[in-house]
Amino acid sequence: MKLNEKETEVLEILEENSRLSIDSIAKMAGISFEETEQIIHKLEREKVIIDYAATIDWRKVEGHEGVTAMIDVKVAPKRGVGFDEIAERVYRFKEVQSVYLMSGAYDLSVVIEGRSMSEVARFVSEKLSTLDSVLSTTTHFILKKYKHDGRIFETGEEDKRMVVTP
Amino acid sequence: MDSSRFLSASVTELKPSGIRKFFDLAASMEGVISLGVGEPDFVTSWSVREACILSLEKGHTAYSANAGLMELREEISFYLDRKFHVNYEAEREILVTVGASQALDLALRTIINPGDEVIIPEPCFVAYGPLVKLAGGIPVYVSSNSNNGFKTLPGQIEKAITQNTKAVLICSPSNPTGSMLSRKDFEKISNIIKQHDLLAISDEIYAELSYDEEFTSLASLEGMRERTITISGFSKGFAMTGWRLGFAAAPAPLLQAMLKIHQYSMMCAPTMSQHAALEALRNGEEDVQRMKTDYRRRRNYFVRSLNEAGFPCQTPGGAFYAFPSIEYSGLSSEEFAEQLLLEEKVAVVPGIVFGSSGEGFVRCSYASSLSQLEEALKRMASFMKRRQHAGAQWKTLQDF
Repeated sequence: MKLNEKETEVLEILEENSRLSIDSIAKMAGISFEETEQIIHKLEREKVIIDYAATIDWRKVEGHEGVTAMIDVKVAPKRGVGFDEIAERVYRFKEVQSVYLMSGAYDLSVVIEGRSMSEVARFVSEKLSTLDSVLSTTTHFILKKYKHDGRIFETGEEDKRMVVTP
Repeated sequence: MDSSRFLSASVTELKPSGIRKFFDLAASMEGVISLGVGEPDFVTSWSVREACILSLEKGHTAYSANAGLMELREEISFYLDRKFHVNYEAEREILVTVGASQALDLALRTIINPGDEVIIPEPCFVAYGPLVKLAGGIPVYVSSNSNNGFKTLPGQIEKAITQNTKAVLICSPSNPTGSMLSRKDFEKISNIIKQHDLLAISDEIYAELSYDEEFTSLASLEGMRERTITISGFSKGFAMTGWRLGFAAAPAPLLQAMLKIHQYSMMCAPTMSQHAALEALRNGEEDVQRMKTDYRRRRNYFVRSLNEAGFPCQTPGGAFYAFPSIEYSGLSSEEFAEQLLLEEKVAVVPGIVFGSSGEGFVRCSYASSLSQLEEALKRMASFMKRRQHAGAQWKTLQDF
């Protein structure tokens, strides 16, 4: 889908901060409120904007210390459907956050989020590994998130400038 | 004993910067939202900081050549040619300085004889006039106004020319108004400069931050290269204010004369900053564009919101300043800034400190996060509402 300059501008602003009001986005992009509203609706309808999500540091919330694991999965592709069929079977599990087809030593990279290590382990051993096409899995637990989806978690980004400068 | 009797006459006559006075008040308060800063809110790109760290690890801690690292001067030469279509020879026509401020000081001290006049369009950066005076010259201010977007009219410059005029000092995009001269504006001004056989000092520190039209470097116009000293630096476009690194580019006879003062007074610019600047020029273009896009969006947001909040403001073509009118408040720009700071804890800079034609306006830097801008606008609007209310009561009382 080919987007015009204004549509691209609105998308970039939203990608940076999806909580901005339409009024603010309109002002930043230098277009009218109505036009901005139309652009956003169109992009939502066309599934260019898939969702509005927040990046949350769950470690800071008591009782929500989740566990994230990245699993390298080797699979046997099937004639006619390649890796797509097995990928679809994997991404439909609610525990699965993302699935990527990879080049290199393994085929699928699967990111799982669970409440505990044992929950993730159970998912891998009982659900993922038992799928027909899955040949092997290697699970890596994420110990700490420093940067995620382009966002730095511990920023310490307070304004160090003087209040007034020449 | 009063040691002040040792002071030179030129320093004694010099008034402290109007911003400094305001700065002291703002600095004494807590929780202030600052629109008073004249610097980017981005931290210098990591790759540039990393290049500096590497240079320190390698032990590059010695003096550089007086004029700066040769490879940096070469890189500056490529940069000026690539981006602004001006051609300077790295070895004899480019000088690396301690910020654009030092380049400006050197330029003025190099060309001014006692009594020479320098024409300065205002409102302008607070240092221009004092630097001319310190060099022994006389600043001749040419006013501009909001009706023509704070653009200096060529006719006004021509009117200000006398037999003592030596140079015209131009800054576009401008601090404090953000106004930008078009190529046509520059052509008209340059014709006058040529006709009267003057020199131009072109402060191009905000060249990277021009949003709506292509930046024109004065020296790129026909017949101007030989009579222009181009001043620029890394502070604004590359978000490198604290590194104090600038440069001057000029025909060899002028530049070599500037170098003489530089070698006796400063020796050279900091070597580690020069290594950082090398990385900025070689690989920093993407970061510059990213910051510029962000400033442009904030400008659009801030200026439209200012107008909605009752602060008439033209859309500035460059830099990161908005220069809204505060006329409706019924206050002078100093009173406005002081009361806004005390009542709403928002710091803006009174327009008067940039020259008499800045009266009735304040300088607001939009190099702040969107949430800070939003909050500042809210506070400014509520301040203005109170003033208008007070103004209305006053008017009613007068009617009696």
